[in-house]
Amino acid sequence: MNNSSHSAATVYVPRDSAARSVGADEVAKALQRAATHGDFAIDVVRNGSRGMLWLEPMVEVVTPQGRVGYGPVAPSDVEGLLAAGMLDGADHPLRLGIVDELPWLARQTRVTFARVGVTDPLSTRDYLEHGGLVGLRAALERAPADVVTEVTESGLRGRGGAGFPAGIKWKTVLDCADELKFVCCNADEGDSGTFADRMVMEGDPFLLIEGMTIAAQAVGASEGYLYIRSEYPDAVATMRAAIDIAREHGWLGKGILGSTLDFDLHVRVGAGAYICGEETSMLESLEGKRGTVRAKPPIPAIEGLFGRPTVVNNVLTLATVPVVLADGAQAYQELGVERSRGTQVFQLGGNIAHGGIVETAFGVTLRELVEDYGGGTFSGRPVRTVQVGGPLGAYLPTSMFDLPMDYEAFAAAGAMVGHGGIVVFDDTVDMAAQARFAMEFCAEESCGKCTPCRVGSVRGVEVIDKIVAGQHRDENLALLEDLCDLMTDGSLCAMGGLTPMPVRSALAHFPDDFLGGRRLLEIQPVQATGPRTEGTA
Amino acid sequence: MTTSGSDVTVEDVVRRVVAGHRGQRGALLPVLHAVQAELGHVPQEAIPVLADALNLSRADVHGVVTFYHDFRREPAGRTTVRICRAEACQALGAEDLVGYAREAGLTLGETTADGSVSVEQVFCLGNCALGPSVEANGRLYGRVGPAQLGSLLNGTVSS
Repeated sequence: MNNSSHSAATVYVPRDSAARSVGADEVAKALQRAATHGDFAIDVVRNGSRGMLWLEPMVEVVTPQGRVGYGPVAPSDVEGLLAAGMLDGADHPLRLGIVDELPWLARQTRVTFARVGVTDPLSTRDYLEHGGLVGLRAALERAPADVVTEVTESGLRGRGGAGFPAGIKWKTVLDCADELKFVCCNADEGDSGTFADRMVMEGDPFLLIEGMTIAAQAVGASEGYLYIRSEYPDAVATMRAAIDIAREHGWLGKGILGSTLDFDLHVRVGAGAYICGEETSMLESLEGKRGTVRAKPPIPAIEGLFGRPTVVNNVLTLATVPVVLADGAQAYQELGVERSRGTQVFQLGGNIAHGGIVETAFGVTLRELVEDYGGGTFSGRPVRTVQVGGPLGAYLPTSMFDLPMDYEAFAAAGAMVGHGGIVVFDDTVDMAAQARFAMEFCAEESCGKCTPCRVGSVRGVEVIDKIVAGQHRDENLALLEDLCDLMTDGSLCAMGGLTPMPVRSALAHFPDDFLGGRRLLEIQPVQATGPRTEGTA
Repeated sequence: MTTSGSDVTVEDVVRRVVAGHRGQRGALLPVLHAVQAELGHVPQEAIPVLADALNLSRADVHGVVTFYHDFRREPAGRTTVRICRAEACQALGAEDLVGYAREAGLTLGETTADGSVSVEQVFCLGNCALGPSVEANGRLYGRVGPAQLGSLLNGTVSS
C-alpha cells in the first residue's frame, strides 16, 4: 500500500469506526488529494485507533523523532497543516507531540492493545514486525495440555464479564474425547460503554485469529466461529478480510504454519439481539435458532455448539492469549492484584471529556480512570455517577471512586467490573429514570424463556413508575426489593439476574431521585436545543 | 409476487441464496441476512420457501425471523436512521435526539408514509466515547446534535 517513493512521508489516519464517525475518511481523502496534486509526497496508511478517541481523527506523521500526532483534525484543517510543515512534524495548534510519549498513553500498560493503532490492521508484514505469531508458534511447539497449563497459570480470566478462569474452561474441553470440537468467539459486544472488542477486531484482527488458533491447538478443535454483532459492520468487514489473508498465508486452514494443526474460522453476523451476548444464547443463534438461553448444565465446554465440546470466550480473552504464550504465564501473572491478574482494557465513555481505551493492570481506581485519564465530564458539569460493567452493572456515586478495579473488590461492593466499560453521567442525570431504563431494556431484550426476566422486567417498570408518582411509596419500594430478589435468584441467565444491580444501586445511592419531580426543579438545562432544520420528513 | 424491475420471484431469490449457503452449519441466520440484503426485507412468502429449502418447519423459520430485531417484515424507507438510546449516549442527550425526531413527526420503529425515511432505535453502536451516536444508511456518526440529525433525516448528509 505504500512505498510509492522513498521520500514520501508516511501519514497514519485511523480506519477505526469511531474515528470514521467524526470524519477520518474525509481527512484521509483530503490528504490523498494533496498527494495526487503533486504538492506533497504522502503515503496514507489507515491504522487502527490509539484509543484517544476525543482526539479523533488523530493523524500521525512518521518523523525521525517518532510518530508525531495532530488532532482532532477536520478535513478543512488539512491544507493548513500541510502548509505549516506537518509532514516534518512541525508546530501547529493541533500538534499533540510524539504520540508514544503522550502521558495518557505512556502511563498505560498496553498488552492486548499493544499493536492497535500502531499498525496497518491488514498488513501481514506489520503484524510479523510487531511480534505477531510468536505466541502461536510457541503453542504449536508444545503439547495441548502444556498450552492449557500456561493459560491457567497466567491467571487469565474471561474478559466478557463473568471473569471465569480461561484455562479451566479450556481444560474441560481438552478432556472431552469428541472428534469434533469448536472454538467460538463471542464478539456480540452489546453492552453500552464497551467498544474494546470492536477496536481489536478493526485494529488488530490477526491477533484475534491467532488467539482462536491457539485455543484450537490447546483443546483439539478444528472449526471456529466468530459471532460479531450486526451493529459492527466495519469489524465484520475487517475480520472477513483478515481471515481471507490468513488463509492465503497458511495461518488458517490445513497444516497451520507447517504444523499438523488444521483449523478454519468463520464469521457469523448477529441480528440485533442483545441477549445473544449470553454464551448459550449465542450458541443457539449460531445454530440458526432463536437466541434463547439454555439451562446449564450441561455447560458449553462439554455440550456446546451442535452438542459438541466448545470453548466460548470473549474477544479480549482470546486476544490476550497470544501474549501469554509469547511472553509466558509468569510475565502476565506479575501484573494485577489479588485474584485479578494481568491487565484489563477499560473503556471510558458517556459524558466524559477524554473518552477511550485505558489498558492498565487491575487495581487502578475508578477515580484515576474517570478523573485522571477521563478528565471529568464532556459537559463540564460535576460527575454524579458512573455505571461500570454495562447495562447490567451498578451505578456508583463519586464517594465510591476509590474502589480498586478488581473482580472481587467490586463484587464485595455490590457492583461488577464486567467487560470494563465505564459510562460517566453528570449531575443532570435522573437516577430513577436510569433505574427504570434498566428494567425497560430488560423487557425489550429478554429472550422470553424464563418468567422472572420476561415478566419481572415489565412489572419492574410499572413499580418504579408508581414509586416516582408517589403511589403507596413504601409498599411499592418493598415490592421492588422483592421483585429484585426474585429476578436475581430466579432468572436463568445474567440478563434477568443482573438487571436488579443497576436498579438497586440507583436506589441505594440516590434515593432522593425516586421522590419524583425533584430533579426537574433543580437542574438547569445543559445546553439549549440546537437550531431546527426545515422539512425533516 | 415479483421483485421490482425483474421477473425474479421471491422464491427464486430464496432458493438461490439457500443454494449458496449449502454446507454451512446452522445456515438460517446467514441466509436471512442474504435474503434481506437482496430484497430489502424478509417477505412473508419467503418463509414457507425457507422452511422447505432448509428442511425446517414454518413455525421455526417464523420464530427466528420475528426474534431478531434486524429482520424486517416490510421494506425500509429510502433513508434509514438509527438513533442510539443506550446509556453512554443517554448521558450525552440521546433522548433530545429522540425528541427531535418525534417533533419532526417521526415515530421510532416506523417508516414515513411516502417511504422516504425509517427511524429506529438501537442499543449501542460501539461509539460510546463520541456520543450521541446515530447510524444513517449504514454509516456511523458521532457527536450528533439535533441539527445534524435533521440533515441525516432529510437525506442531506453533513459531517
